[in-house]
Amino acid sequence: MSSPTVDRWDDLSFEERMATVDFRVGERPHIVVDAEVCRSCTTRACVTACPADLFSPTADGGILFNYEQCFECGTCYMVCNREGAISWTYPDGGYGVVFRHG
Amino acid sequence: MAETPGRFDAVVVGAGPAGSAAALALARAGRSVVLLERGPFPGSKNVYGGVVYGRVLDEIAPRWWEEVPVQRWVVRRSTMLLTGTQALSVDFHTEAWAAPPYNGMTVYRADFDAWLAGKAVDAGARLVTATVATGLLRDRAGRVVGVRTDRPDGDLHAQVVIACDGVNSFLAKEAGLLPRADAAHHTLGVKEVLALPREVIEERFGLRAGQGLDIEMLGCTRGIPGGGFLYTNADTVSVGVILDLTGLAAAAVRPEELLADLKAHPAVAPYLRGATVKEYSAHLIPEGGYDAMPRLHHDGLLIAGDAAGMTLAAGIWVEGVNFAIGSGLAAGRAAAVAVADGDVSRRSLAAYRREVERSFVLADHKRLRGAPRLLLSERLQRHYPALACDLAEGVFTVDNPTPKPGIWRLLRRAAARHGVRLRHLAADAVRFARVYG
Repeated sequence: MSSPTVDRWDDLSFEERMATVDFRVGERPHIVVDAEVCRSCTTRACVTACPADLFSPTADGGILFNYEQCFECGTCYMVCNREGAISWTYPDGGYGVVFRHG
Repeated sequence: MAETPGRFDAVVVGAGPAGSAAALALARAGRSVVLLERGPFPGSKNVYGGVVYGRVLDEIAPRWWEEVPVQRWVVRRSTMLLTGTQALSVDFHTEAWAAPPYNGMTVYRADFDAWLAGKAVDAGARLVTATVATGLLRDRAGRVVGVRTDRPDGDLHAQVVIACDGVNSFLAKEAGLLPRADAAHHTLGVKEVLALPREVIEERFGLRAGQGLDIEMLGCTRGIPGGGFLYTNADTVSVGVILDLTGLAAAAVRPEELLADLKAHPAVAPYLRGATVKEYSAHLIPEGGYDAMPRLHHDGLLIAGDAAGMTLAAGIWVEGVNFAIGSGLAAGRAAAVAVADGDVSRRSLAAYRREVERSFVLADHKRLRGAPRLLLSERLQRHYPALACDLAEGVFTVDNPTPKPGIWRLLRRAAARHGVRLRHLAADAVRFARVYG
């Protein structure tokens, strides 16, 4: 509860939230992040903006990325300010996110 | 249909509303057309923000309302201005929208898009799912002559390619029609679909069976340019926030936190009490409007729908699926004529641009070209919702024994509290009248 007057009845964890989505995970990572390029980035907008929370900063200043629960939305490459840091393609045909109630 | 293996009159990429409409128009004109969909079924990659306005379907099926997979027919349309503790609503209900041809409907895209793709297939289009168009095929002169796919031996040759591959359209990017990345003209929508029993929805939102509500909201995004929405489906409620990408990146807030804020708002939370999350989703929206739209054609190539930036985000009107269908139909018709004439050059395909300029598709966008800038402006986003709420609170608070203040004084007081000068208010009223008048 963030305040007594606020009715936060369903604060679900991020894992629970993501578990509501159907992902057909392909073998090929469709997005590849070049951690070397990320090292020089100071904004790291992808880390907070990605709605699936797939970008994690690493101790050595790089970025760790996991493609498996990706919405294929495009937010990360749109907000990225380092050319070449994110190589973005769609998952192979039939794979990736499957929305039922979009 | 004259059809040689591997060669078609047209390839349409993306079986969303634009692509299916384009394929339908081509098939009806007797052209051979392949409709490619990268998802396992049409609609599986698609998310929208609330309402499909159906009159554009008149052209597709005369009594479409008898067969379209609808969730609810929208009879209530609200606009809500929010602060952390207040909400001011303009709420409209009409029975005129409760009977054919209706006005707006809520749908699940997995159902709606699949239905529309089925119409294209019925007309003779060949739907191929689970197939990604990975690039354009071009001849030496740079003309588009087909697409490469991720199937083995997957090159598809065609006289015309219609790229309806959505907001990230890599085909339009490859053709040089869209910039590689353009955060300034895109928003991120995140949405939750929440399960509630049908009768509970109807009771809470004051609806009769089968009727629906759509609420658009402003002031619920911690100052990040954007807004929120809530709409009813048969036995779920969809709630989401729309966030300007540049603003989201600068604020360094996680999108689901803003959605959680909205769901916990004292004026919203009671609507959702006891509901369980059925699906979380996210999608980009091209919100640049008319002035950010790309060129729509190239030699052998047309673009339609979100790929062409055709979502109308004009506050009072928030539409997209109808524009996708309208542009898709026009692109399909223009492509069919070009193929029949044996001339698929950009000069010939420019007929598409002329047709959408004449129809609502670009006429609405052109008329409302100033709306995105106005709606995402600092004052409208950060100050006006709070100003309006404070004014309403001042008007409706009975503070006996203090005598009532005049409304003019309340307005000046609310404006001062939020750092808005009355001449700014007047100037914005004029801008508003210019954009929407």
